[in-house]
Amino acid sequence: MNVVLAKTETEHARSDILAVARDRLPGTGKVADLRRQALEAHERLGLPHRRVEDWKYTDLRVLMREVLPLAAAPDAEALKRAAAALKLHAIAGVRLIVLVDGVFAPRLSETSDLGKDVSIHTLREALEAGDAALQAQLFSPDNSDTMVALNSAMMTDGVVIEVADSAVIPLPLHIVHIASGAAPAAMFTRSLIRVGKHASATLVESYIGAEGAKAYQVHDSLVVAIGDGARLDHVRLIEDSREAFNISSAVVTLGAHAHFNTFGMNTGSLVSRYQAVIAVAGEGSRVETNGVNLLNGRQHADTTLFLDHAVPNCSSREIFRAVVDDRGHSVFQGRIIVRPKAQKTDAKMMTRALLLSDEAEADNKPELEIFADDVTCGHGATTGALDDSLLFYLRARGLSEKEAQALLIQAFVGEAIEQIANDALRELAIAAAQRWLAARG
Amino acid sequence: MSILEVKNLQVRVEEREILHGLSLTVNPGEVHAIMGPNGSGKSTLSHVIAGKPGYEVTGGEILFKGENLLEMSPDVRSSKGVFLAFQYPVEIPGVATMTFLRTALNAQRKARGESEFSTPDFLKKVRSVAASLNIPQDMLRRGVNVGFSGGEKKRNEILQMALFEPSLCILDEMDSGLDIDALRVAADGVNALRSPDRAMVVITHYQRLLNYIVPDFVHVMSKGKVVKSGGKELALELEASGYAQFEDAA
Repeated sequence: MNVVLAKTETEHARSDILAVARDRLPGTGKVADLRRQALEAHERLGLPHRRVEDWKYTDLRVLMREVLPLAAAPDAEALKRAAAALKLHAIAGVRLIVLVDGVFAPRLSETSDLGKDVSIHTLREALEAGDAALQAQLFSPDNSDTMVALNSAMMTDGVVIEVADSAVIPLPLHIVHIASGAAPAAMFTRSLIRVGKHASATLVESYIGAEGAKAYQVHDSLVVAIGDGARLDHVRLIEDSREAFNISSAVVTLGAHAHFNTFGMNTGSLVSRYQAVIAVAGEGSRVETNGVNLLNGRQHADTTLFLDHAVPNCSSREIFRAVVDDRGHSVFQGRIIVRPKAQKTDAKMMTRALLLSDEAEADNKPELEIFADDVTCGHGATTGALDDSLLFYLRARGLSEKEAQALLIQAFVGEAIEQIANDALRELAIAAAQRWLAARG
Repeated sequence: MSILEVKNLQVRVEEREILHGLSLTVNPGEVHAIMGPNGSGKSTLSHVIAGKPGYEVTGGEILFKGENLLEMSPDVRSSKGVFLAFQYPVEIPGVATMTFLRTALNAQRKARGESEFSTPDFLKKVRSVAASLNIPQDMLRRGVNVGFSGGEKKRNEILQMALFEPSLCILDEMDSGLDIDALRVAADGVNALRSPDRAMVVITHYQRLLNYIVPDFVHVMSKGKVVKSGGKELALELEASGYAQFEDAA
C-alpha cells in the first residue's frame, strides 16, 4: 500500500536528518530530554495525513512527502543573499529581527539600543542557559500535534522577546525569516514573546526567500503570553517562494483584560499550514483573529484556528477571506470552544471564499462547541464566485474585466484587512494584496 | 451623424426571441421616450445597448456615432460615451463611492487616451455635482449604494452621468420606486444634463416621468418592436387609452 510505503521512506529519511542535526541542536539535560520526547511523539505519528481529523485537508504525506535535512548555518554568501532579499521587502518604521536559514543573524538585525523596556535573546541562548521556567515555557506547545512535536525536537534558533510591565513599544518588532537558497533544506525555528502586564507591543512576522531559494521548508512556531491588561498586535505575512513549504504554529495565552489582534496574509509558498491555539484564560479579554489567503497556480494554504474560551466575559472575532484562482486550494478550519465557566462569552466567526476558476477549491470548516448557557456565539461560511451583476455594473462604468475583478477582490478581502490596527501594517497588507492582483495581469 | 441607430434588431435570451426587428434613430440633442407594457422588451433594449452578457443578437445592428456597438465590450462602450442608468443599481459593499467614481472616471479617460484627473480637481467636481443633486458628502464615503434609499440610488446614477459626461444616456425605468419628491430631484438632475450634443433615451412604463423630463419623441413598444412613434402628445394619449390597443398591432 502506498501510504505505508511513504511512511517507511519518511522515517528512514528522518533518522538521517537527526544524525546530521544532533550536534547543532542547542540545550542539554532537561532540554535534551524534552527534545527526545518530542521526537518520539513525532516518530510515532509520522507526517500528518488525511485520516488525522485536524489535517484532513492538508495531507503532508502527499503534499510534502518528507522532511528535508536541517539547513546549514548561513555562511557569508548566504547572509549576502539574505541581505539583498531583505532590502526588497523592507518595511519602514520597524525594528528588524532577522533569521537566515533558521539562525539569528545579528548583523542584519537591529537589536542593539533596545532600552530597558524590551529584551531580545536568541532561542539558542535560552535553551543553553539555565532558566528552567523559560525553558518550560518554550516547550509549552504539547506533542499531540506531530508537526509541533517535530518542531520541538528540532528547533535550532529563534528569538525570545520580553516586553516589560507597563511598557509601550511604539516601533513594531519585525521578525523576518529568510531562506537564503543555498540548497533545499529545512529550518526549524521557535520564538517567544512575553508582553508584560499593561504593556503593549506590535509583532510582525514575514517569511521570504532570497533569489534562487525554491523548494525549502520553514518549520516555525511562536509562543505568546499576553499579561493582564496588555495588548499585542500581530501580523504575519507569508511571501515565501512559490515552491516552498511553510508549516507554522502558534500557542497564545491571554491574561485578564488583555487584547490580542492578529492578522495573517498568505500570498506565497506552495504549501502552507498555520495552526494557532489561542487560550483566553483571563476575564474581560478580547481576541480578533483575521486572515486572507490569495492563492493561484497550485498553491495550498491551510489556516487552522482553535479558540479556547475558558473564563467569563471575553469576546472573540474571526474574519477570514480566501480568494482562490487556477488550481489553488484554501483551507480554513475554525474551532471555538466555550467551556462551562465561560459565561457571557461573545464569539463570532465568519469565513468567506471567492473562487475565480472552476478548478479552485476552498474548504471552510467552522466548529462551535458550547458548554456554557449564557453566551452569544455564531459562525458563518460562504463560498462563491464573483457576482456577475456587480461585474457588469463596473464594466458598464468603464472598468475592464480585470479592473472590475480587482476592485471586487480588494473589497472582498478589505473587511479582513481593515481589522489591522496599525496604519502602516494595514497599508502593507493592502500593498501585498495589490501585488498579487497586479501579478494576475 | 446620428448618435444611435438601431436597425432591425433581433435579440434572443435563452432560445426565446425578445426583440423582433426593432429600429430606432436618435440624433444629438434629442430626448426619446420609449414606453410600453411590461415584457415588451424595453429593458432588453437598454441592456443590449450597454453590452450586458446573456443576450444573443441574431439579426440587425446597433451603430453608435457610426461605429458598430455590438463589437465593443461594455467598458469600451462606456469610455466612448454610452451610459446606462440602471433600473436597479447594484450595491457594492467594501468599495467606497468616491473610490468607485474615481476609478471609473479614470478608466474611461485612460481608454480615451486622456490624462487622469488630479485628486483635487476630481473632488471639486464630484462635490459640486453632488451638491446640485442633494447628495450628502457622507453618502460618497459609504460603499457604492450600500444602505442607500431608492431615491439615493437613482441620484447616484445621475451623479455618475453628470461626472462621466456621456453622449448617449439610457435611463431605464428611472421612476421605479421613487416618490414624487425624489422623482422631481432626479428629473431636475437629468434636465440639467440636456445639451445639444447629448442624446437621451428615457425608458418608462408610466407617463408620469415624462411630465418632468419632457421628450421630443415618444415610441411605443409592444412585443419586441416599436409599434408607434410620435411627439410628446403620444404619451398623453397612452395615459388616457392604455397599451391594450397596441397589443394586437404588434
